[in-house]
Amino acid sequence: MQTVLSIAIDALAYGMVLFVISIGLSVTMGLMRVVNLAHGAFAMIGGYIASYAARDLGLGYGFAVLLAVFGTIIIAVPIERLLYRRIYGAPELTQVLMTIGITFCIIGIANYVFGPTLKTVPLPSALQGSVDLGFRAIATHRIFAIVCGFAVAAALWYAIEKTAFGVKLRASVDNAAMAAALGVRTEIVYAVSFAVAVGLAAFGGVVGAELLPVEPYYALRYMVTFLVVVSVGGAGSIPGALIACLLLGAIDTTGRYLMPEFGEFFFYLAVIAIICVFPRGLAGRAKG
Amino acid sequence: MQPIFEVRNLKRAFGGLAVTNDVSLSMAPGDRVALIGPNGAGKTTFVNLVTGNLKPDAGAVLIGGEEVTRIDAIGRVRRGLVRSFQVTRLFAEMTPAEHVALAVLQRSGRAGRLFGNFLGMPDVMAEVEDLLGKLGLSELMHRPVSEIAYGQQRLLELAVALALKPKVLLLDEPAAGVPQSDTGRIEQALADLPADLAVLMIEHDMDLVFRFARRVIVLAAGAIIFDGSPTDVTKDPRVREAYLGSYANASHAA
Amino acid sequence: MTMTTTNAMIAAPPARRRYGAGDLVGLAVILLVAVIGYVLFPNNLALLTRIIAAALLVLSLDLVTGYCGVATLGHAALFGAGAYAAGIVSAHYGINDPLAMLAFGIVAGAVAGLVCGVVILRAHGLPQLVLSIALIHLFHELANKASSFTGGSDGLSGIAPSALLGLYEFDLWGRTAYVFGVALLAIVFMLLRLVVRSPFGMLCRGIKEDPIRIRSMGASPKIALTKMYVISGAVAGVGGALNAISTQVVGLDSLSFTMSAESLVMLVLGGTGSLFGALTGTVVFMFFEDVVSAANPFHWLTMVGALLIAVVLFAPKGIYGTAAALVTRRREAP
Repeated sequence: MQTVLSIAIDALAYGMVLFVISIGLSVTMGLMRVVNLAHGAFAMIGGYIASYAARDLGLGYGFAVLLAVFGTIIIAVPIERLLYRRIYGAPELTQVLMTIGITFCIIGIANYVFGPTLKTVPLPSALQGSVDLGFRAIATHRIFAIVCGFAVAAALWYAIEKTAFGVKLRASVDNAAMAAALGVRTEIVYAVSFAVAVGLAAFGGVVGAELLPVEPYYALRYMVTFLVVVSVGGAGSIPGALIACLLLGAIDTTGRYLMPEFGEFFFYLAVIAIICVFPRGLAGRAKG
Repeated sequence: MQPIFEVRNLKRAFGGLAVTNDVSLSMAPGDRVALIGPNGAGKTTFVNLVTGNLKPDAGAVLIGGEEVTRIDAIGRVRRGLVRSFQVTRLFAEMTPAEHVALAVLQRSGRAGRLFGNFLGMPDVMAEVEDLLGKLGLSELMHRPVSEIAYGQQRLLELAVALALKPKVLLLDEPAAGVPQSDTGRIEQALADLPADLAVLMIEHDMDLVFRFARRVIVLAAGAIIFDGSPTDVTKDPRVREAYLGSYANASHAA
Repeated sequence: MTMTTTNAMIAAPPARRRYGAGDLVGLAVILLVAVIGYVLFPNNLALLTRIIAAALLVLSLDLVTGYCGVATLGHAALFGAGAYAAGIVSAHYGINDPLAMLAFGIVAGAVAGLVCGVVILRAHGLPQLVLSIALIHLFHELANKASSFTGGSDGLSGIAPSALLGLYEFDLWGRTAYVFGVALLAIVFMLLRLVVRSPFGMLCRGIKEDPIRIRSMGASPKIALTKMYVISGAVAGVGGALNAISTQVVGLDSLSFTMSAESLVMLVLGGTGSLFGALTGTVVFMFFEDVVSAANPFHWLTMVGALLIAVVLFAPKGIYGTAAALVTRRREAP
């Protein structure tokens, strides 16, 4: 029983971290139809900035998070303007090549600047230790990650369903040409969405640093994990991404607990099985 | 004569809306049938049901007396049911000779061969040259399709279909989008189709329908409301009711 | 999933295709480059042999990506399967005849190609790409965990190929391995020239452009692509086996995502959809790698990334594709 509960809590925390990182990828893929393999690299940049700010500069955790989010956006926006712009609407292979090129560059630079070792983001005392629920103690950080996940989901839901920007965003996802004809300035929608997506990735990279450790090959190691969230959940679908993240979190965490030796093996096997069963994603929406 | 192509009580609904509602028809070798109907009559759905790209809720499709309702689109092509596309779907980087050769090779079970080249296969080349010659495309045989005119692409579309030696040919608006100056060529090609081939042509252009078809079927709201000779079709009160204004538009559209 | 690529063969006039003059020229160029390599780098034949093995992998990738339009980031699985099979039969089962090892490599590559093909072809677009990445990780993990067979992360050692044809020992300088490699590459190249011009090759080009149209001609794109995957696997298996025989070790890196991605980089650098493009890209990339990683291994990944971005932006047809297009334009101009 204890094990089941531990797995459930860890799976939920892991799933929520995945969600925070991948939801931006999902929205931008639905919106811009770009196969973006470099998304994980932005989460990694966020982790590095936060680690540098908190550990080397001794700044507070909250400040480090803010710095990571905005720092990553500042790094990513020129990349979007200079490189991503060129591949909107390009064939899939071109997009794959460009974004994997960007990923390689970021990995190489991160390796050069920060070295090949693991980087930690020191937690504030409030997030250390554990919370006693009476029958069981849970690491505070796990709860924090779960809360962050739900907060992001709720905020995104509100932004997309209830605000004027959300209306424009949904119109652009459905039919960019029609939205443009109706006076939506799609390039602004694209730029803002990209910035938000990257910011969320950085946020997830920091919050999830305990579960997905920050190191140079982070961007490659979790590439398939982030991409599978989108292809299983369906690009642009928040509920789809949430379900996919919880599912993948459960599979991965269970595998690690019960078969630590073969955890990754079964994770990839599960990914292949899920996609083979739902080649168009859980929601069945055709994409690609 | 035994029908070469038969559709029996075909039904298909989308979310409660019957798009194909109890359609039956039968064609003999050599038939020239035009299928017409106002926009939204269900012609596209009907074509997809017949070719096997869509599954019917009920009913049967038969080719040469064999029921093919449960056979997929590829299997139906192999049994002699071939379609052309309304908008040309050719391979832009390939030549007309390659298009026709691919169809000939596929028909004769040689498309999976890993050696040789059709240019060195006399029987294939003879057929390619014959077909393209008949359609006046000999000159363009080795040019990429992206470099040849649209009217000629439509002729090539026909050549590919014919190279598969169909028993039943489904022509989806064979003259759509072709400039007036080139329609004569296409009509001539249609007139020269093999005499024993059963042809079902979906067409908007009523002039072409009247020149080509010896039988006209009118589809409206998913059901056949008329099946008879071209001379009777315009007199039929139900057809007039179904079409009214849209008929006049359609006759000038092409 | 369409891709704009050049295919020099399409632009060539049909008469040349009939007589296959291009094939002989190609063969001559390969042999000439091989001789020049031997003369220029007599002390670095190991590198040249590695380039040949990589060229076989890239040719294999070109078959599915360049000729059929399937984007994959997991193609090293086919190469690694061939390498491990050839290595394992030698290290564990005492089958040391290089040609027998090669045969095992080819079969294992083809089987891996069949498995990967069946899985990858189930989906399209992004899910297809994810499948290819998941597959290479799966193969990698499998080889990592089955360490009693594969040596795990230490690599598989104890591979001891006997003399080729019973006559030519694999010497310390790698001369035999190099000549063996050149011969394999030449044979594979000629066979693939046949395949890409064959009716089957034409069918695959059609599938790349419009699979629905191919279906309406009564052919099954899935069966054809699966078949191409098997052929591609056999070719990659040749490369893998050559690598195992010549280096006498097989490491996990031969089943890695990085290797898959690098093979795609090599292909795109040279130009997709042409066998010459695949060869050109491999040679340029591998030399570049040798020079840069010798000078500064730290920046290697950054350089590959920058190179990739540059190719996408400035030479989307690749080196060979761009050159071929220039030549064609000049020939057509009066």
